[in-house]
Amino acid sequence: MDPVGLGAVAAVMVVGVVVGVWRRRSDGRLRDVAPAAVPVPAPAEDGPSGDRGIAPVVRRAELSARDDFPGRPASEEVGVGMKDGVGSLRQRRGLLVAADAREEPGVIGAEGDAGAAVRPDAREEPGVIEAAGDPSAAGERLDAGLMRELGVGEAKATLLQFSSAFCAPCRAVRRVSSEVAAMVPGVQHVEVDAESHLEAVRALGIWRTPTLLVLDGDGRVVKRATGVPGKPQLIAALGDVL
Amino acid sequence: MELDPRGQRFAATLTSIVLVVVLATGWGWLALVQTVVFAITAADPRRGPYAYVYRALLLPRLGPPAEREPVAPVRFAQLVGFSFLAVASVGYLTGVTTLGVVFTAFALLAAFLNAAFGLCLGCEAYLAIKRLSGPRSA
Repeated sequence: MDPVGLGAVAAVMVVGVVVGVWRRRSDGRLRDVAPAAVPVPAPAEDGPSGDRGIAPVVRRAELSARDDFPGRPASEEVGVGMKDGVGSLRQRRGLLVAADAREEPGVIGAEGDAGAAVRPDAREEPGVIEAAGDPSAAGERLDAGLMRELGVGEAKATLLQFSSAFCAPCRAVRRVSSEVAAMVPGVQHVEVDAESHLEAVRALGIWRTPTLLVLDGDGRVVKRATGVPGKPQLIAALGDVL
Repeated sequence: MELDPRGQRFAATLTSIVLVVVLATGWGWLALVQTVVFAITAADPRRGPYAYVYRALLLPRLGPPAEREPVAPVRFAQLVGFSFLAVASVGYLTGVTTLGVVFTAFALLAAFLNAAFGLCLGCEAYLAIKRLSGPRSA
């Protein structure tokens, strides 16, 4: 018997259970990507976003986009939008988002400059809103060139899915998304191979597949989910967009 | 080519048990055996030793799978497992036990997460690795 090895087994089991349970809870959860939820990092964003070469790809949303919700916390915003059975769920989500946004503004600087400094952190994990360092999460509008490159056409709402070859759950996301797109008028589903669009992947702060972005008619990222979202949750999320 | 996902979960469970034994006993040869198993499964998941056990013992009781999964992620994951266990085997068999323990522990974490939660760590890391190492045009 190797006491060190036994200790390693125990440590791995504990870590594994914690990671697994946490992942199971957060997987596929659609998070709001609310412009008003990140008022603090806004000024800090101007500098680094230009430096790291994403400025040509993603352009800042017009000021009006931010002024829609001046300084109002995301939770309140979501609460106003409540109108049906999923209201309480959405409100809960909203509160989480608001908390996230307040906790993490500092991260933006950390991930802000040169590519070498880019590293995955808690923000990149599934279902966690990836606000910091990620222009798309701040409610930015995707550049027309980027939209063209990714094959996103005109639609009232777009389910933009990033997949990769070594990704078992990507198929499930494809099924859910295409079913929803077929069911809800005005919604298109676009699936992109992340590996062949690495620039876009970097610009949009995508670290793992599958990641699903919900774009509104203006090409603004409104929601995002990593993992497999539920069909009802996705339809509910689209209800906020359309 | 597609696979029965339940077979992969079963294989991951067996792998986890083997790796726990490796860690508990520090038995380098068993680590080497698991390395070979990883190599065979990476080459063709349907011909992996654990897949034979699954088809012989469990599949007849379970019936045909409701859905199948693509083979590429499984092969990639097995390849990652192979790399880790290869290093671990070398560590154990040359007396560098620390190396063996560390790499076997990482392999166990991946196998355990796959067995218990259906999570493929290697697959998840794939895009992150590509993103960090891939060419950048800007």
